[in-house]
Amino acid sequence: MAELIVYGLVLGGIIALGAIGLSLVYGILGFANFAHGDLMTAGAYLALFLTTGLFADLGVSNAVFGPFSFGWRMALAFPYAMCIVAGLAILTDRVLYRRLRRKRSNAVILAMSSLGASFIIRMVVLIAWGADYRVYRPGLMRPALELPLGVRIRPDQILILVVVVLLVVLLHLFLTRTRMGKAMRATADNMELARISGIDTERVVLWTWWIGGALAASGGILYGIDVQLHAEMGWDHLLPLFAAAILGGIGNVYGALVGALIIGVVQQVSTAFMSPSYKPAVAFLIMIAILLVRPQGIFGGRRN
Amino acid sequence: MNIIEVDRVTAGYGQGDILKEVHLEVGAGQMVAVVGPNGAGKSTLLKTVFGLLFPRAGSIRFEGREIAGKPPEEIVRLGISYVPQVSNVFPSLTVQENLEMGAFIRRDDFKHKFEELFSLFPLLQERRHQKVGQLSGGQRQMVAMGRALMLDPKVLLLDEPSAGLAPLLVTSIFEKVQSINASGIAVVMVEQNTREALKMAHHGYVLATGRNVLDGTGQELLANEEIGRLYLGE
Repeated sequence: MAELIVYGLVLGGIIALGAIGLSLVYGILGFANFAHGDLMTAGAYLALFLTTGLFADLGVSNAVFGPFSFGWRMALAFPYAMCIVAGLAILTDRVLYRRLRRKRSNAVILAMSSLGASFIIRMVVLIAWGADYRVYRPGLMRPALELPLGVRIRPDQILILVVVVLLVVLLHLFLTRTRMGKAMRATADNMELARISGIDTERVVLWTWWIGGALAASGGILYGIDVQLHAEMGWDHLLPLFAAAILGGIGNVYGALVGALIIGVVQQVSTAFMSPSYKPAVAFLIMIAILLVRPQGIFGGRRN
Repeated sequence: MNIIEVDRVTAGYGQGDILKEVHLEVGAGQMVAVVGPNGAGKSTLLKTVFGLLFPRAGSIRFEGREIAGKPPEEIVRLGISYVPQVSNVFPSLTVQENLEMGAFIRRDDFKHKFEELFSLFPLLQERRHQKVGQLSGGQRQMVAMGRALMLDPKVLLLDEPSAGLAPLLVTSIFEKVQSINASGIAVVMVEQNTREALKMAHHGYVLATGRNVLDGTGQELLANEEIGRLYLGE
């Protein structure tokens, strides 16, 4: 059981990286971005391209770091993939969402267009890399560590938790200490008042996509390291992403983090009692339950 | 010279016009009250001056320059600040963060403004790190005005600062408005609290159904029997 809880925290941390972005975009732009899971997929596959393609061709060492399953190639690919996916998120905003915003389209139109964007991203991944399951380092098995309470954990998983904590702390510092971070929170609170105060809300939107895209990419890569890559990996996780964001109160970044950890743990613990293929159903049940009992989420979300 | 001149402005939403050929003049450092019954277009007038609504006809000049059709982001940079009647604070931000957002476009060091505002609103000082969502209505109104003052505006547009406040607080908010005006900032205040607003104002405008009905000094309007009968409930 202790082991399942730890695995749940790893999964929850990965879900959090997606759910935070989903919640941020909802808070600022007011629509549910169905393409958010596929941004995770795009990040994971870009890292695959960089580690097995570009960086291999450039002659970056293939050696791994100590007990981990990856080395310099992944360490380099990680920030690059984050930036490229951030660029992709900004591009979809410029091509799609910004035009619709200017036409004052409602949230349903925006959500449906994001569904379209999600199909496009997914199909491009399928065309480029195929429908097979992939891993970053085929054939490489790393021994697990034995922790107290009978918890066996791979060094990779410990690092995933560290990276998640690091990214969340960085985001927290950005949102509370920097001028742009505070402007993002202000815009999520009240976009019109932000404009009245002279805040360039289009720049805030740009930053929102940048951060949402980069975090989604990091979540996708970490999932790829922990489990494996598949063209539908992000789409399959969309339900837990939404469940986590709604559980924490949609629009609330810190809520999304806590919601994701709860979803991750409950999903993993449920595998002790039922088939792991029911994991998405568990997330769905939690989402329905929270919508029935406390639709504003644990921490309350965006008013109105 | 007048700092704001609104000349025969027509504006509205959708099909209908809410403002019909409205005029308004504000001298530098003046306090101007805009009064009139509900639906007279008082709030719409402020929104149109601030660029939240584009006029369909007429002109709006600030220091002699045409500003009609400019978006609020530009107008706020010229030296006009606006406090909406509702949703005029960022509830999940602290008092200090709200004030910082008011100074978002300032590139210089604005720390001295905090002290200035805290001496005007001493109550906010002790709550500067509290979330504004937890404050009372009167305190929120102070945060809202404080946010608007962070840019050292030449003109402050206030939409019903006394709305929804208890009588004692109304007096205190009006006192604050007067001391803001006394510091040299021109104030255009829309008010339902007609008598109090006119008492404070150098000049008053009465609007009804989107048109100018009367204007004059605050005292003149208070003495006017017709105004008293129609809008002061006498």
